[in-house]
Amino acid sequence: MLGLIADIVSWLLIVTGALACVISGYGMLRMPDLYSRIHAASVADTGGMLLILIGLMFQAGLGLTTAKLVLIVVFLLITSPTATHALARAARQDGVRPASEKRARR
Amino acid sequence: MRYLLGLATGLAVLWLLLSGHYAPLTMALGALSCVFVVWLCRRLGIVSHESVPLHLLPRLPGYTLWLGLQIVRSNVDVATRLLRGRAAISPRTVIIDTRTHDPLGQAILANSITLTPGTVTVGLEDNEAIVHALTEDGAADIEAGTMARRVARLEHGES
Repeated sequence: MLGLIADIVSWLLIVTGALACVISGYGMLRMPDLYSRIHAASVADTGGMLLILIGLMFQAGLGLTTAKLVLIVVFLLITSPTATHALARAARQDGVRPASEKRARR
Repeated sequence: MRYLLGLATGLAVLWLLLSGHYAPLTMALGALSCVFVVWLCRRLGIVSHESVPLHLLPRLPGYTLWLGLQIVRSNVDVATRLLRGRAAISPRTVIIDTRTHDPLGQAILANSITLTPGTVTVGLEDNEAIVHALTEDGAADIEAGTMARRVARLEHGES
């Protein structure tokens, strides 16, 4: 019984996470400029990643596997914003301006 | 010394979690590798309050919880805006005061801002952070400085 509940919760989390990733990808195609696309990507980076990995933790149960999954979450929460920041900063240094600023200047 | 011990403890816990083998030989090898890494870090001179931020530990759970809530909230917000398309966004670039002069605190703040969907730290110079926000509301939230205050409290305790 408890196993069934854990299974249901886990699949709900994984499916929601997958949905978040799809929405994120859709947003990346739909947004107007690089910076707003970065915002779209960060939905998959945080929400999608967290939901899927927490869902997997419910599959693994209490144990070393879950401890490793927690470590993966911790490291991803530190590295993914760093990568995002590197991308945004590189774009700004190379003179890519947000669409909103361009419109304001004209 | 405090930082060396903290680093050694952290490495030992990491090794125990990742290995999963508790035979005497592997334990001894693990202990040896921890000592070796601590020695290397000391020689490199990178053991300090920045690489081993022990002073943050007591207040870290509270901050993590608060940040987690922000992440969930903004994820839902940004996801619905992505579905609604261009009409739902109003991108802004704002410059904010980081409130902390410590590189570690600034890095935590910049990472926290980027981690919450809808806001990205584009640059960090002197004591100012350039933040790009997906919506006007998000920009106003960042300009209000709630997050900067939280990070300052995480670093220096209640103030």
